Amino acid sequence: MSESLDYFRQNRLPHIWCPGCGHGTVTGALTRTLAKLGIDKNNVVVVSGIGCSSRASGYLDFDTIHTAHGRAIAFATGIKLSRPDMKVIVMTGDGDCTAIGGNHFIHAARRNIDITTIVMNNSNYGMTSGQYSPMTPTGMLGTTAPYGNVERPFDLGKLAIACGATYVGRSTSYHVQLLGELLEKALLNKGFSVVEAVVGCPTYFGRKNKLGGAVDMFTWQKDHAVNVKAAAVMAPEKLEGKFLIGELYNQAAPEFTAQYDALIESVRRKFDNFQGGVRGCAQNSD
Amino acid sequence: MPEAKLMQGNEACTLGALAAGLNFFAGYPITPSTEIAELCSEELPKIGGKFIQMEDEIGSIAAIIGASLTGRKAMTATSGPGFSLMQELIGYSAISEVPIVIINVQRVGPSTGMPTSLAQGDVMQARWGTHGDHPVVVLAPGNVRECFDLTIKAFNIAEDLRVPVIVLSDETIGHMREKVVLPDYKSIKVVNRKAPATPAGYLPYKADQDGGVPLMAPFGAGYRWHVTGLSHDETGFPTNKGEVAGDLIKRLMRKVEKAEPVIRDYATESADDCDVLVVAFGSSAMSATSAVRQARAQGVKAGLFRPKTIWPFPEEPLRELAAKAKRIIVPEMNLGQLVLEIERVVAGKAPVERLSKVNCELFRPEEILKAIIGGSK
Amino acid sequence: MRTEFRLSGSGGQGLLLAGIVLAEAAILDGKNAVQTQSYGPEARGGSSKAEVVVSAEDIDYPKATDPDFLLALTNDSYKTYGKLQGKGLIIVDSSVCLDPDIKARTVSLPILDTAANVIGKKVVANIVALGVLGGISGVVSPEILEKAVLNRVPKGTEELNIKALRAGLELAAKAKNA
Repeated sequence: MSESLDYFRQNRLPHIWCPGCGHGTVTGALTRTLAKLGIDKNNVVVVSGIGCSSRASGYLDFDTIHTAHGRAIAFATGIKLSRPDMKVIVMTGDGDCTAIGGNHFIHAARRNIDITTIVMNNSNYGMTSGQYSPMTPTGMLGTTAPYGNVERPFDLGKLAIACGATYVGRSTSYHVQLLGELLEKALLNKGFSVVEAVVGCPTYFGRKNKLGGAVDMFTWQKDHAVNVKAAAVMAPEKLEGKFLIGELYNQAAPEFTAQYDALIESVRRKFDNFQGGVRGCAQNSD
Repeated sequence: MPEAKLMQGNEACTLGALAAGLNFFAGYPITPSTEIAELCSEELPKIGGKFIQMEDEIGSIAAIIGASLTGRKAMTATSGPGFSLMQELIGYSAISEVPIVIINVQRVGPSTGMPTSLAQGDVMQARWGTHGDHPVVVLAPGNVRECFDLTIKAFNIAEDLRVPVIVLSDETIGHMREKVVLPDYKSIKVVNRKAPATPAGYLPYKADQDGGVPLMAPFGAGYRWHVTGLSHDETGFPTNKGEVAGDLIKRLMRKVEKAEPVIRDYATESADDCDVLVVAFGSSAMSATSAVRQARAQGVKAGLFRPKTIWPFPEEPLRELAAKAKRIIVPEMNLGQLVLEIERVVAGKAPVERLSKVNCELFRPEEILKAIIGGSK
Repeated sequence: MRTEFRLSGSGGQGLLLAGIVLAEAAILDGKNAVQTQSYGPEARGGSSKAEVVVSAEDIDYPKATDPDFLLALTNDSYKTYGKLQGKGLIIVDSSVCLDPDIKARTVSLPILDTAANVIGKKVVANIVALGVLGGISGVVSPEILEKAVLNRVPKGTEELNIKALRAGLELAAKAKNA
């Protein structure tokens, strides 16, 4: 525990998340996993977008960047391509990642760029007080879905797999142990990794939908999540209304920044007599 | 000895960027800027630099801000529709003080407009396109060689002041090919951002004097600092204090205001003793130069003031010339944008006449000549 | 002295490249040169236009104002730009129907035919046209034109392109003697 605390900027705590919010649980799981893997603090960049999830970056003691709404993965792409040696982690939410940031998400997956994306799915836009998101289940209420959401939600795991992510897992803020295991594998995967963490938002989603308090929402997670291994041998009708957790996909593929570096090597061999560029210019001379 | 070469404006921008130290480019294809991305994709790997074609222009500017944070010199290139998409993150670059360079090869708008045709309609957007008060520097090349020179200057200003710098080119300048002799690379001055000496006690947004520029640590060097688009204090963390947020905006604006006399760039021709002063930038200035020369040949005292820094506008030199001129003519390929700033600067010292054109064809010199001579008779 | 060229035809005829080579030849000769073009769907068919301005002095305005030489390889381009032609000469391909309403001095030369049937490659029509323009205008010497062509054309096509250029120069010489 004390080791993982070292990954926090303790002077930035306490955090702004509501009592019962799962974001703190997920952030804690991340720091414990990083501590377990013994990852050097100076070699990590945490990138976040906008929303409740995205405040996580400010509490973590790495180089951190709280970007613009939806753009975390695009910023992270620039960082990772610049510094392939660094561990780049994106912390985002269901709205940030799959609505305004959806395009960057699918293309990062397609490229298989080595970024670990943690999506804290609280089923609504918490920061702006509970509007429905692309991951709000059909029929549920939101402040912009006062009669129930008529849209269909994304299955983020399937989306990520279809787009080319090479590691995909899902857990909940209740299944913290599993969450840690998935994060560990995601961080070790050389490619685009997605870990969805289903979390409760008792303040908005829970209250609006009369799901009870924080404890009730954790109980809901416990009752509705089915491990993918168990699901494999269950009858389809038993899975009705449930969602899968566990490792959803794990398949290696060529990683983008490594491919680009290989390209640089081959191009350099071909053009080793190149004389242009910065060489020869006076640096900082007045 | 550097040799003369037929070179395209977009090519010159790219070579200028490379000379200034460009080692990261992210972009999205858009006419009439694509040659810049194409050339970057070819040249950057040769020097170990990185090129990426992003999924859109928002992603492109996001990626270059990310790259710049790691210490790279990063650029994107675009045109109208893409430039519009980039606006939010221009503000991000401004408030987080992460240096970037954007080449905007202007085309006809609004919206998709005419992708392969000339306009200069992004003058105001380049200055005020993103929301909120913010600093930005805009440079406008008037020929191919200046595409090279001003792109170097754009990087130097971006690094020195930690601001987004926009090179406001246009379809004609970007696509035309001209004889260019590049300078000896040894004579090119390259500015790199100032970095702190040690992580101990590093305050990423502490500026030590009026209009100061904080020291910038690269990501991955042990500083473990925080960057945000929220209003922040000198620690870099968000603040809810109105006073602190206000002071930040004032400092951001002040650093460019203070640097204006240093970064100021303009050219004049026959301007010291003129009755009619033509003020033109970019491709319009080529027509204006020809018109002024023809007017002089006919005995009319015409002169040219050609700003290369558009924002901040070189007020002082224009004000001095305006005091001597009887008339000022402002030809531009839009319905009157830079002229608004010129009217403000001239402040009634001489009548300012608009010469607007939006038919996608570069001014013919005689159109400007007619305005010079017509009004003088 | 400012010499202005306008090269027009249909997209895909390679007139932009001809304009670029002409401008590069002028630079090799120590002159100033600017090349501009109309971009657009023309590159995929339709009419196309490239302009070159050559001068020993500084070139302030980059476009042709009153071309000394208009090259038109198609009926469309002849009609469009021929009407605008003032003092300068029009050079048309012999496949173009001349219009009595177009008053500018005009010579008709078998540029496309020379490429297709004498050289045996339609694609070198632009280089034949370059030879014609260079020869008639005399703005650069044949030797410099050859050098400029060799600097630009793909490896393995040098001989073909030089043949095309010389054929164009011959057409120009015949036209001048006529």
